[in-house]
Amino acid sequence: MPLLEDGRLVDDAWVSVADDAVLPDSPAILSLARLRRDAAELASRRAPLGLVLPPEVAVAEIADLLPLLSLVALVLPKFRDGRAFTQARALREQHGFTGEIRATGHVIPDQYLALLRCGVSTVEVPAGADPAVWDAARRVIGIAYQRAVVPDSPLSLLRRKLEIA
Amino acid sequence: MSTPPKARPATAPLAFTGNRLRDGRVAWLGEGGIWVDRVAEARIFPPEQAAEGLALAQQGEAAQLVVGVYGVELLLAGGVPVPAKYRERLRAAGPSVAAEPAEWRMAS
Amino acid sequence: MNAIAPRAVAPVPPHARTYRYDAVDREFLAERIAEFEGQVQRRLAGELTEEEFKPLRLMNGLYLQLHAYMLRVAIPYGVLNAAQLRQLAYIARRWDRGFGHFTTRQNIQFNWTKLEDVPDMLRALAAVDMHAIQTSGNCIRNVTTDEYAGAAPDEVVDPRIYAEILRQWSTLHPEFTWLPRKFKIAITGAAEDRVALRLHDVGLEAKRNAAGEIGFAVHAGGGMGRTPLIATKLRDFLPEAELLGYLEAVLRSYNALGQRDNIYKARIKILVRDLGAEFAEMVEREYAAMPRDRFRLDPAIVAAIRQHFAPPPFLALNDVALPEAPEFRAWAARSVRPHRQPGYASVTISLKPIGGIPGDASAAQMEVVAGLAERFSFGEIRVSHVQNLVLPHVRQEDLPDLWEELRAAGLATPNIGLVSDIIACPGMDYCALATARSIPVAQRISERFADLDRQLDIGECFVNISGCINACGHHHVGHIGILGVDKRGEEVYQVTLGGAAGNDAALGELVGPAFSYDDIVDAIETILLTHVAHRLPGERFIDCYRRIGLAPFKEALYAAA
Repeated sequence: MPLLEDGRLVDDAWVSVADDAVLPDSPAILSLARLRRDAAELASRRAPLGLVLPPEVAVAEIADLLPLLSLVALVLPKFRDGRAFTQARALREQHGFTGEIRATGHVIPDQYLALLRCGVSTVEVPAGADPAVWDAARRVIGIAYQRAVVPDSPLSLLRRKLEIA
Repeated sequence: MSTPPKARPATAPLAFTGNRLRDGRVAWLGEGGIWVDRVAEARIFPPEQAAEGLALAQQGEAAQLVVGVYGVELLLAGGVPVPAKYRERLRAAGPSVAAEPAEWRMAS
Repeated sequence: MNAIAPRAVAPVPPHARTYRYDAVDREFLAERIAEFEGQVQRRLAGELTEEEFKPLRLMNGLYLQLHAYMLRVAIPYGVLNAAQLRQLAYIARRWDRGFGHFTTRQNIQFNWTKLEDVPDMLRALAAVDMHAIQTSGNCIRNVTTDEYAGAAPDEVVDPRIYAEILRQWSTLHPEFTWLPRKFKIAITGAAEDRVALRLHDVGLEAKRNAAGEIGFAVHAGGGMGRTPLIATKLRDFLPEAELLGYLEAVLRSYNALGQRDNIYKARIKILVRDLGAEFAEMVEREYAAMPRDRFRLDPAIVAAIRQHFAPPPFLALNDVALPEAPEFRAWAARSVRPHRQPGYASVTISLKPIGGIPGDASAAQMEVVAGLAERFSFGEIRVSHVQNLVLPHVRQEDLPDLWEELRAAGLATPNIGLVSDIIACPGMDYCALATARSIPVAQRISERFADLDRQLDIGECFVNISGCINACGHHHVGHIGILGVDKRGEEVYQVTLGGAAGNDAALGELVGPAFSYDDIVDAIETILLTHVAHRLPGERFIDCYRRIGLAPFKEALYAAA
């Protein structure tokens, strides 16, 4: 699947690895079951590790695994299923996760800006998706009433108005 | 949207309805795949052709003409098609209550 | 889209206490309209499927109903100024059929909208600092509050300040836009609950502690619909500074755990009911784990927003005796409420003329009310959850003049709180979800009791009608609740008795088998005759019901059969 970062299509260095497949010596995304099963031996691995976090699993439940991880892939089974937004914010705000957060599954361009504001870094988009549509969707609204997770985002509008005044 | 929650096999003649994408007004599938305003002009399908009619109606969705198509069972009173259910009779005829203020009606 | 210049807008009267947008707020609205216009264009071009477009249009208040698109416009916490009401009248004429429908959530709906016109309608709204953002969709909806805010004698804390803060906080909230289901917040700051606090996803009761500090009792998990539930109290006194952080914890718990596979079990009330006390503990754990300082509500922000709602320049007046004229007295007895400021009163304008459509107002009537608000009420208008309008700050000595003007416009029906002051959803005449009609049932009941002396004799009684189980007509909390359902293609109506929405919130009890469309008005009359036969002198319907119970009503309704 094409990968979108900063509104552009980028190369994807990661591969998803099935639970019974041999682990490559390159960035690999594993299931939660495999990560739990192999956690002890994975702790000494050099190449980056990623995890697919199912929408029904709370971030607090995998907090112990985060030191192993360079990437967490969140899943939107349907674009209307917004649990990934909460997971992304919990990863950044509550657990200080600084690696890549990737949104996968059914995502539409109109969600891109909110995903970024919740701390998501990359989005898997459908084959043939026009990155210009996604880039436009993240730029159309430049004002926010709330603080975002990412540090360079605008302060909340309430706050900013006070500081302007 | 207007799609009723449950569908069961049709037992009466049917017409197909949806709302026009651009203005939302009620439309009926007419002859030749044209969407018409009045149920009287709708193409009538025998119940055994319900699937075929739905497929034709869905072409109207694919062409961005209409939204939320579904089949409506009809009573053919003296050859005039009337939806069997009250909800669809309302759809065909408009609200049963005044749909504009009195002073507006007087003005127009 | 055609660039239609919105009608030139008169400046907001200097004392109308609505939140005044600044340049940044206006820029935000322009951006939001541009986003929606782009979504409409992508839909028309086939780049968005209807499945994808539907939640996007709903988040901007646009439904596809039985006969047309319906645009629901937000009236933030039910507060309007005269210029805004005039603009709603203009929109009704320019793009609709010359009327609008005020809803139980203090919003207004236009029933005959065209998709292509919506961006222009939104620009016309933006010209008066209004929008349709989050009036539908699985997100935080328009916050509702007391229609007498800033005027009620029993008010402890002005809820508008916090409602506006919540409006801003919830607007395009990045985390809470794709919730399992819609999320409704109500807030009151008065002793009497006039917002149905315990029937909302979150109900906030603003209060002061012994030290005079402001805080909130937080109730969660109330609601009507298929599974009506009274809310559970989570906190008795949440300090003001913690309001947003704590709500983030509530919403986050709900977003993570609310059911998503069954639309009828997706509201927060189901989660609260199923988890019981564990829900409150979960929220507290979530809140404790959050970086709470990030969400602290700065007192400087509260002070800045409070300035927008400073009291109007009331004159130092004394209360005056009202004229004796019987017709005026009859109206005043139902429509005029005491005000916190001596010499002033709040006036409810009935949108329930006998035989009319509850909550409907024509463009001409909206313009009349806008003019009267400027003349008599510092340019302020409120929308009540009973689907009436309120002029909050009227000088008592002006009441006779105001009454004459309202009477001339057909807006002085003296029926507030009586049997014909009916809450009714649009029902199957307009709504795609409805299973039966509501409006004509309301009209027929109103006509049956057209004699106002008879209504007065019956006394206070709230009749609420919903056209489906979603309960937009609040039937569960009507003293008499009517629910229209479909029974093999026929409309039938179930009746509940004893519901209440206020401090004594209660869910109505089903009286027995449903009545046909033809029989429902007779059934309501039988119920009211039974009340009149059993009541103690001066006893209200609800009190009589609570004393004598369901049995006498059941007996009267079904014994003959």
